[in-house]
Amino acid sequence: MSGWTLFDKIWESHVVRAEPDGTTLLYIDRQLVHEVTSPQAFEGLKLAARRPRRPGATLAVPDHNVPTTDRRLAIADPISALQIQTLEDHCKDFGITLFGMNDVRQGIVHVIGPEQGFTLPGTTIVCGDSHTSTHGAFGALAFGIGTSEVEHVLATQCLLQKRPKTMELRVDGTLSDRCSAKDVILAIIGKIGTAGGTGYVIEYTGSAIRALSMEGRMTLCNMSIEAGARAGMVAPDEKTIAYIKGRPLAPKDEMFEQAAKAWRQLTTDIDAKYDATVTLRAEEIAPQVSWGTSPGMVVAVDGRVPDPNRMPDEKMRKAAERALDYMGLTANMPITDIKIDKVFIGSCTNSRIEDLRLAADFAKGKKVAKTVHAMVVPGSGLVKQQAEAEGLDRLFTEAGFEWREAGCSMCLAMNADVLQPGERCASTSNRNFEGRQGAGGRTHLVSPLMAVAAAVEGHFVDIRNWE
Amino acid sequence: MQAFTNMTGLVAPLDRVNVDTDQIIPKQFLKTIKRTGLREGLFYDWRKRKDGSPDPGFFLNQPRYQGASILLTRDNFGCGSSREHAPWALLDQGFRCVIAASFADIFYNNCFQNGMLPVVLKSEEIQALMREVLATEGYRLTVDLAHQTVTNPAGKIHRFEIDPFRKDCLYRGLDSIGLTLEHESEIASYEARRRIEAPWLFADLKA
Repeated sequence: MSGWTLFDKIWESHVVRAEPDGTTLLYIDRQLVHEVTSPQAFEGLKLAARRPRRPGATLAVPDHNVPTTDRRLAIADPISALQIQTLEDHCKDFGITLFGMNDVRQGIVHVIGPEQGFTLPGTTIVCGDSHTSTHGAFGALAFGIGTSEVEHVLATQCLLQKRPKTMELRVDGTLSDRCSAKDVILAIIGKIGTAGGTGYVIEYTGSAIRALSMEGRMTLCNMSIEAGARAGMVAPDEKTIAYIKGRPLAPKDEMFEQAAKAWRQLTTDIDAKYDATVTLRAEEIAPQVSWGTSPGMVVAVDGRVPDPNRMPDEKMRKAAERALDYMGLTANMPITDIKIDKVFIGSCTNSRIEDLRLAADFAKGKKVAKTVHAMVVPGSGLVKQQAEAEGLDRLFTEAGFEWREAGCSMCLAMNADVLQPGERCASTSNRNFEGRQGAGGRTHLVSPLMAVAAAVEGHFVDIRNWE
Repeated sequence: MQAFTNMTGLVAPLDRVNVDTDQIIPKQFLKTIKRTGLREGLFYDWRKRKDGSPDPGFFLNQPRYQGASILLTRDNFGCGSSREHAPWALLDQGFRCVIAASFADIFYNNCFQNGMLPVVLKSEEIQALMREVLATEGYRLTVDLAHQTVTNPAGKIHRFEIDPFRKDCLYRGLDSIGLTLEHESEIASYEARRRIEAPWLFADLKA
């Protein structure tokens, strides 16, 4: 018998029972809840007169609708305000811990889970949000679910699941200077496509992955869903354990040592087999820029906008033609000729302290171009506080970036941070879908450093040789 | 949950790949705290031209597809966000079945929670059906869950695969939470065992 993958180890330790066809009742250790995908789940519980099985295994926070401007003012949009109020009411009724809008611990659900030590290796974590894959950076099995399943987990602390297949995504070598986890994941999606990971859980392996910080691993796992994989994971190591130690909700003292001992066992056995393996060389990954309306439509910054006429597949050609029309781009134009109007640094992909440190250092002493409006939205109130303690906010504001309150903000533009029709944005977020950042808005996905350079120059630049 | 057994319905074509849930229902409709009334948001941005007027080229605006209950589309339908508002909006518009070359995982799951059947057929079969529906006004398909078939007006049968467990739940319209709660004692004994193996997972939050 061959050994087990990291995924196998977590899966097997969470099986409550299995049906004859392999459908498994899987135990869920932790659930995160936000205001958008939970109201109908709580309502469902009420209608069926059910109570949460373990209210203390769930942590709630409003993030999608919250304003990133002064929080002392009431939310201008009454519908957004009602949704946030509804979350507060439900949490109170059901005894669920909530970090409210004015709590310094408030932030994007996928930033605060790790920040608080709620996200732990070897656990199963769900949230009514596709970017739950982020938490896999800690060696957890973490995936997004729909609202009915949110209700299911609240009521039973379990989910009915079919066992997914496993994919090893191996990146060996050393990343070029100024290339980051964001470029790695965009290059991966460009290679395997937006459905390449459908039906799989990805485990990221290789020396380039080991070398990433925890923040980098979170960026990587975050966008697994953009490759179609519900979950991505990185085996925990000493970096993971050091990151968790001392966080408010992490185990303490002897319990921590006991847990850390178990976490060190969470590696894929040498003789384990994956259902698929994909490899990349880190040296070959250049800074990436998306050119279309799907995250797989991505190209190196020194490349050109692809020519649909050269695409052999008719469906892909039609999709590319449509994307170019929407994006207002012409085939074969150099990526560095694309001029931008807005810059957004933030989102559950790239709003952690390390992202902000790197971006602020890059922006230091420079000025945002007169034609560009640029904003930085920290991932949580605590990230914001830390950044301010380090003076990062001043570096940003002196360079002409706006410094905002924490939230999802312009990643999906449910609050007031919205692109106008035709506006073009260099964004550190995760989705370049039509209208994602505002109806008619045009999104180019990039790393934080690429976003800073684009803000300063007013167009994309190859940061590897930019000064 | 409403059971799904079999149906014959008018087919509407959405001839695009990678239709994401942001397109199926844009964010401004996600602020609701209800499951119903989402039809006005369905494909909201695609229904309109740039000047805001209805786009006569989009299928939802065409008289021949009014009353459609089966949506025919291409690869990777429902990718992106996990929002269950996507199947809710399709249901609210009257769609009980989506036939595609492939689905994103979360959307696929969400359909089953709402009495909707997602059917996967081969790309060549989708291509053939797409051609037929575009060429034929009033084109209808029959979908039979028990036999796992899609039958066209000429009687040509396309077979599809589905997990037996999911099929049974959908066919009988079972409440999946109720089903899980039948195994309450197994959940409790799992928890008791894990409390010893991994006690740090049971340090619950106090609200």
